[in-house]
Amino acid sequence: MAFDISNITVNAWRRENGRVGVRNHVLILPVDDISNAACEAVANNVKGTLAIPHAYGRLQFGEDLDLHFRTMIGTGANPNVAAVVVIGIEPEWTQVIVDGIAETGKPVTGFSIEQKGDFETIRQASWKAKEYVHWATELQKEPCPISDLWISTKCGESDTTTGLSSCPTVGNMYDKLLPEGIYGCFGETSEITGAEHICVKRAATPEAGEAFMKIFQAYQDEVIEPYKTSDLSDSQPTKGNILGGLTTIEEKALGNLEKIGKSSSYIDAMGPAVAPKKGPGLYFMDTSSAAAECVVLMAAAGYVIHTFPTGQGNVVGNPIVPVIKISGNPRTLRTMSEHIDVDVTGVLTREMTIEDAGDALIDMIVRTANGRNTAAEALGHREFSLTKLYRSA
Amino acid sequence: MGKPHLLVHDREDNVGVVVVEGLTAGTEMLCVVTEDNSDFSLVANADIPIGHKVALRDLTEGETVIKYGEDIGKMVGAAEKGGHVHIHNCKTKRW
Repeated sequence: MAFDISNITVNAWRRENGRVGVRNHVLILPVDDISNAACEAVANNVKGTLAIPHAYGRLQFGEDLDLHFRTMIGTGANPNVAAVVVIGIEPEWTQVIVDGIAETGKPVTGFSIEQKGDFETIRQASWKAKEYVHWATELQKEPCPISDLWISTKCGESDTTTGLSSCPTVGNMYDKLLPEGIYGCFGETSEITGAEHICVKRAATPEAGEAFMKIFQAYQDEVIEPYKTSDLSDSQPTKGNILGGLTTIEEKALGNLEKIGKSSSYIDAMGPAVAPKKGPGLYFMDTSSAAAECVVLMAAAGYVIHTFPTGQGNVVGNPIVPVIKISGNPRTLRTMSEHIDVDVTGVLTREMTIEDAGDALIDMIVRTANGRNTAAEALGHREFSLTKLYRSA
Repeated sequence: MGKPHLLVHDREDNVGVVVVEGLTAGTEMLCVVTEDNSDFSLVANADIPIGHKVALRDLTEGETVIKYGEDIGKMVGAAEKGGHVHIHNCKTKRW
């Protein structure tokens, strides 16, 4: 090891519930699509706030509505968020989200538009947002052990170089940091297809393996079987994957699983946007393999930094979680280096070992936690894409 | 050792991955197995883009393609040793 991991600290914000955040957002959170305009107006009035518009939140029901609430509450509750203004069309659902976020102990206030209109809602919410900005900007960072970080992963625009370089880089990071006591998370249910027999063996307990297989099988039975045409309707592998040399879903899945390293095993498999419940360790989450949706779900579960291997060059970001991009593809580094935070092309030329690459990623995680803006942050990538389970009523 | 043209994950594999841009037919490739850092040479018999797979031996229709030491699909056409393996001659067995 080039450095002693156990002694690493990061300067970050310790929140009311003890969790550690690496960003300090004052969020203006819409409950539903028709409240986006009011949220954006508030964010325009009050500098230092962030509105995160999205497409859903009306006429949802059952499990799909549960996921919507969980995603909204989880996003507001994330330790990278200092305080939240929630705006919805009507008071009841707005209050559900306010109450969920309030459990963390952080400041949160809800506003509803019905019987008031956008103007009056924006006026009231802007006063509260301004109060939160003054409060949040005086919060001080403090040294926190690296073990306090929750670090998720998902790869995108994969190619054969991700399985050779950037995915094993993340795996090496997990093999080093999970023993220190961090929380980890991987997902992408559809991209495990073809490597499920390997993934199930990476469970720490038979129960965790069974929980994974149950999620995996439900996805096959409920989504793939009814809707498939050929190779996952020609979307797995994607056209970008194929251009990058990946031929089959099995090949893609085996590269994908390199992200969980050589020695790490997952202690539980959980639903989308569900917060981990079994203490520090690695978790599998049932997610889409679409980049923005997956990162949003992991952020809503409480993860504060995301590590994102890419081959052909995915440009995704997230509004509240810094997304660190890692690539080993020399063509991508040549043509779109503005998107890449950690260059591991040396792994392909055999000038860098996977150990070196893992250390380089840990170094970038520490710098990011200390405040370095990622490429995605600098370029304004704030994709807040929600996962929807079925059509609204 | 110089910079490799081709990387192979596992000694069991029958395909490797081109890791340099602009590889042309006839190039004698330095091939490295990442599992144990062993190396060998192989002549590319086509222009093969970076990231794409090369047959390490003659592969016939119906044969299982092995990468990461695992089954990644089957040949639906043939590829000669040093030839290009991709969607034109390889497919998942799943669907």
